[in-house]
Amino acid sequence: MQILQQLINGLSLGSIYALLALGYTMVYGIIKLINFAHGDVYMLGAFWGYYMINTFHVGFWTALILSMIFCAIIGVIVEFLAYRPLRDSPRIVVLITAIGVSFLLENGMSYLFSSSPRDFPQAMVMHRYHLGSLSISNVQVLILVTSIVLMILLQLIIKRTRMGKAMRAVSVDPEAAQLIGINVDHTISFTFALGSALAGAAGVMIGLYYNSIDPLMGMTPGIKAFVAAVLGGIGLIPGAALGGFVIGLVETAVQAMGFSAFRDAAVYAILIVILIIRPAGILGKTTREKV
Amino acid sequence: MAVLLDVKDLTKNFGGLAAVSDVNMHLDDNELVALIGPNGAGKTTLFNLITGQTVPSAGSISLRTNNEGMQVLNGKKPYKIADMGLARTFQNIRLFKGLSVLDNVLISMTSKNKEGFISSLFRLPSFYKVEDRLRKEALDLLAIFHMEDMAETIASNMPYGAQRRLEIIRALATKPKILFLDEPAAGMNPEETAALTATIRQIQQEFGITVLLIEHDMSLVMNVAERIYVLQYGKLLAEGTPQEIQANQAVVDAYLGGGV
Amino acid sequence: MKKNLKYNAIWLGIAVLGWVLINVFEGVGIIDQFAENTLVLIGINIILATGLNLIIGFSGQFSLGHAGFMALGAYAAALVTQAIPTEGGFVLGTVIGMLLAGVVALIIGIPTLRLKGDYLAIATMGAAEIIRIILVNLKITNGPAGLYGLPQLANWSLVYILVVVTTIFTVNFIHSRNGRAILSVREDEIAAESMGINTTKFKVAAFVFGGMTAAIGGALHANYIQTIAPNDFGIMESINILIIVVMGGIGSMTGTFAAAALLGILDMILQGFGALRMVLYSLALILIMIFRPKGLLGTWEFSVKRLFNRNKKKAKEGA
Repeated sequence: MQILQQLINGLSLGSIYALLALGYTMVYGIIKLINFAHGDVYMLGAFWGYYMINTFHVGFWTALILSMIFCAIIGVIVEFLAYRPLRDSPRIVVLITAIGVSFLLENGMSYLFSSSPRDFPQAMVMHRYHLGSLSISNVQVLILVTSIVLMILLQLIIKRTRMGKAMRAVSVDPEAAQLIGINVDHTISFTFALGSALAGAAGVMIGLYYNSIDPLMGMTPGIKAFVAAVLGGIGLIPGAALGGFVIGLVETAVQAMGFSAFRDAAVYAILIVILIIRPAGILGKTTREKV
Repeated sequence: MAVLLDVKDLTKNFGGLAAVSDVNMHLDDNELVALIGPNGAGKTTLFNLITGQTVPSAGSISLRTNNEGMQVLNGKKPYKIADMGLARTFQNIRLFKGLSVLDNVLISMTSKNKEGFISSLFRLPSFYKVEDRLRKEALDLLAIFHMEDMAETIASNMPYGAQRRLEIIRALATKPKILFLDEPAAGMNPEETAALTATIRQIQQEFGITVLLIEHDMSLVMNVAERIYVLQYGKLLAEGTPQEIQANQAVVDAYLGGGV
Repeated sequence: MKKNLKYNAIWLGIAVLGWVLINVFEGVGIIDQFAENTLVLIGINIILATGLNLIIGFSGQFSLGHAGFMALGAYAAALVTQAIPTEGGFVLGTVIGMLLAGVVALIIGIPTLRLKGDYLAIATMGAAEIIRIILVNLKITNGPAGLYGLPQLANWSLVYILVVVTTIFTVNFIHSRNGRAILSVREDEIAAESMGINTTKFKVAAFVFGGMTAAIGGALHANYIQTIAPNDFGIMESINILIIVVMGGIGSMTGTFAAAALLGILDMILQGFGALRMVLYSLALILIMIFRPKGLLGTWEFSVKRLFNRNKKKAKEGA
């Protein structure tokens, strides 16, 4: 029973990581950038949801969708202003710029809205259901189900739509994609919009779950979500989802065993071990350079 | 002439595909041998197996050393094999692009002129002494190939033909016993190829080393090679002197198409 | 031979001159306590960033865990100087920190340096985080609160001397035969192996060397600031060091000096802006990267030798 309980907790936490990891992996897949600011987009999503619910008294689902739209726009703007001018620069330069954007969003929000945490409005009353010794809340179910629905939607967009096909083409070979008439810039913008929308959804849901948001809330989950993406095999959509769930489960398991102080250390240790065994992540294919 | 490199039943499977199977060949002292065959015959894979970039599935490769007789090369790291006297060039030029011509050559000399970690921090007089000697050796080597004026040029800024030449010089700087050239004339015009032909002969004579060369340019091969191995579908199809190969019906059918 | 002696003497002269100048400025009051503080932090950042530049810019390996090694140096120096609060204690602590960092770099480096690019970055980041979490949970390091009230054994003079010494060693290393082998790994690993270069050995050597110099930076940090906590050595610190390297120009030691100085001064100026400081800092960072993507100096290096030769040429042309 205890194990089942931890499984439920781990899966709902993991689905948040998975949603964030998807954004990292999509952006990485298409422009080979570790978008350091992604965790902060998630923070912005939480704040937007907070204002929508508090000021305009919208319901949870409306707030969720509005946050997704808001974050999609932010993602596109960030890409346009900060990353697009550096399209042909070394990747490490774009990475530093992404770190700069991350600092800017964190500190800008701290400056404008103070850095102290605030309570996220209870847009949905938390219920706990008990099944024997098993306890599960409606919010946990909501997070898990919403995340899975969003992941299925994402998979459909990527596999079935023209834009999705363009995304896959650009991630394999941007130059060839351009030659067959794909608008690479639009495709990249679309990728940022998609990834950021998922981050926005994750932000609102985590606000509801933990009931507290602050301008630096994106830092640690952002890094862990990136670790999740690498763990699963960066650039691979199923890999990101898998990695997210693995990390969520590892964290809750370590915590349940009474080593909560070493929770993050365990995540990193597993990451290093997996990378040493499978250098391209769990689902990644190791490619050898041709001589 | 004694056998310098002995390859026995060498096999490499990639998944279910045998890229190289049961190849037997040998290279003798100061010999110029060519390896030919249609595209995809496994020539470069064979090079990679011998120089250690790829690990063989079966078979053995052994090299005669000065002190310890025949030494098995299988399973040794590429840098060890290079250190033992096998040097190579690459089909798609792999120079140290961002470095000067001189540095490209000097890097090849490091394995035979190792220095301690501590001595590299302190720049003792001996450091400058060795450094001056290596620099002189490198420039002399470049001079043999008329490239001494380009010593300070960044490798990637040189014309294509010069880059190919530098790759050969860089390999020679490791003081090899055997030099493996992977399509040295690829992308060259007839004049450049003629110059290269002369260069390869010059290397064999001046350095007294053995050369194994993969090449598609038949005029070059028939011109310089003393012996030829023909590879097809990963298997050895024929072996012999240029005259024998040209007269070999199987080779003519499989590869030359009668049109040499 | 004699020529080399001359260039080395000139470099030594420049170093001594810098030291004298700072002393004079301090004497006449141009450099006050506040500015000295900045100077020390710039110096420590230079030590940290030159080591990371060796790893990233010269051996071509993307490490994102430099702060982990800095932490080892800082804690070793702090613990030793708490017990032996003398200069000797500082030296002992620093040496222990360097050895510790070297050993840890070896343990981390041998398995992870087989990874490429971003995978290596994330693995080294993870390793540094593990070091930090261990420091948070150990008794001897006083957990998350860290160590405080450390004796102030580092001053700007010592920092200056160590900047000069580590830079000389690093630059010598880069320009040695071993250094050339390290460059070849960055340029083309497969070709390097085929030329007899043991690429793993040289990658690890650069990583260990960088880790050991980071420990020196950490030791100076501990005994200058006098307070350390595990969170001083988190991912953000690794990133701050990385920023200096990239902003200066990857592969340019001169650039590392310039960027460390520029960021230090920028930080000093922004102190007056209070809460807006970090906002302006991040904006500056983004703008510098967008408008100077190759870094301040690209791969350009200041060279006394070149300067001399150019002057000689000019003189010849003039005559």
